[in-house]
Amino acid sequence: MSANHYAIEVEDLVAYYGSRRILDGVSLQVGYGEIMVIMGGSGSGKSTLLRHLLALQTPRSGSIRILGRDITTASADMLHELRQSIGVSFQGGALLSSLTIGENVALPLREHTRLDDSIIEITARLKLEIVSLGGFEHLYPAQLSGGMIKRAALARAMAMDPKMLFFDEPSAGLDPVVSSELDDLIIKLRDTLGVTIVVVTHELESAFKIADHITVLDHGRILISGTADIVRNSSIERVQDLLHRRSRPIEISADDYLHRLTGG
Amino acid sequence: MAYQVKKDSGFSVVHLTGDIDLSCSPEARKSILDSLAAAQPTLVDLSAVTYIDSSGVASLVEGYQTAKKKNLEFGLLGVSEAALSVLELARLDRVFPIYASLKDRLAKNG
Repeated sequence: MSANHYAIEVEDLVAYYGSRRILDGVSLQVGYGEIMVIMGGSGSGKSTLLRHLLALQTPRSGSIRILGRDITTASADMLHELRQSIGVSFQGGALLSSLTIGENVALPLREHTRLDDSIIEITARLKLEIVSLGGFEHLYPAQLSGGMIKRAALARAMAMDPKMLFFDEPSAGLDPVVSSELDDLIIKLRDTLGVTIVVVTHELESAFKIADHITVLDHGRILISGTADIVRNSSIERVQDLLHRRSRPIEISADDYLHRLTGG
Repeated sequence: MAYQVKKDSGFSVVHLTGDIDLSCSPEARKSILDSLAAAQPTLVDLSAVTYIDSSGVASLVEGYQTAKKKNLEFGLLGVSEAALSVLELARLDRVFPIYASLKDRLAKNG
């Protein structure tokens, strides 16, 4: 498969926070219309990878191609244009608290299009209907539950009919029914609109339900990348630790531990 | 996108073709609203639509609402699979009167 067939292509990505290496040679591909789930424990580097895919951070080295464009070398104008094809549903929603839900969803359309007001309002309401928030457009974020905020954030992410959607922990903090409904919606967006979707999560049930491909990160490296079945049946111990929620022993020498505690 | 408006059997039929997206949905919207402004019962033929985005769907919704206010008939003809999946996502397939073709609509009159 040539590079043109991939909506996302990451090659040998290396990222640091200060002197700490967070991503260590990560390479992955996501095909058009696929759902890729990025999993890993806390500190595995999955959120850092997401921030790099969104061009919110610049890597130390490596390349990231999104919809055929290398975002590590793209101009500000190109990134601005590219971002109109991308929707992001942030973990905390990132809704503007001074705007109603309807205004939040309409905002990207008001900023980036010259559509008539009536069309923008209908489009915003349609998006809220799709996420089962029909009739809630006049409420403010502070008046919504956690699950409603996540769904409103998704409605806003979909406002511009993006080719690609990114979700950061979509199920975190949701009750099982709402979480499952969100999973169904993610699958429906892929199936009906062909949207390429990247989901960062540590919710195993959700990951296996929605993923075409799963990439498991650990200490900034890819432990395994493949279909849900390949990951589920992996013989890699660390993968099975994650899947079965087994705690891991602390891997540090006594000297290093003492050094870390004393700073000496 | 291309559009063509034809008078047929007492209806104004707006034929939309190709991709209907942000760049051209205002044109599609205008053709629908113009037809309704002329007090014509209006049918929108979506059989040759290869893609329709939310602004296109919103234009259809606005058209239907305008038609209802004016007490004019409004419906969709030959909705392509691409358009139908988008309508279904927003459960609009249950809102619009949808016919396979103009012939199908006329057969309703008996």
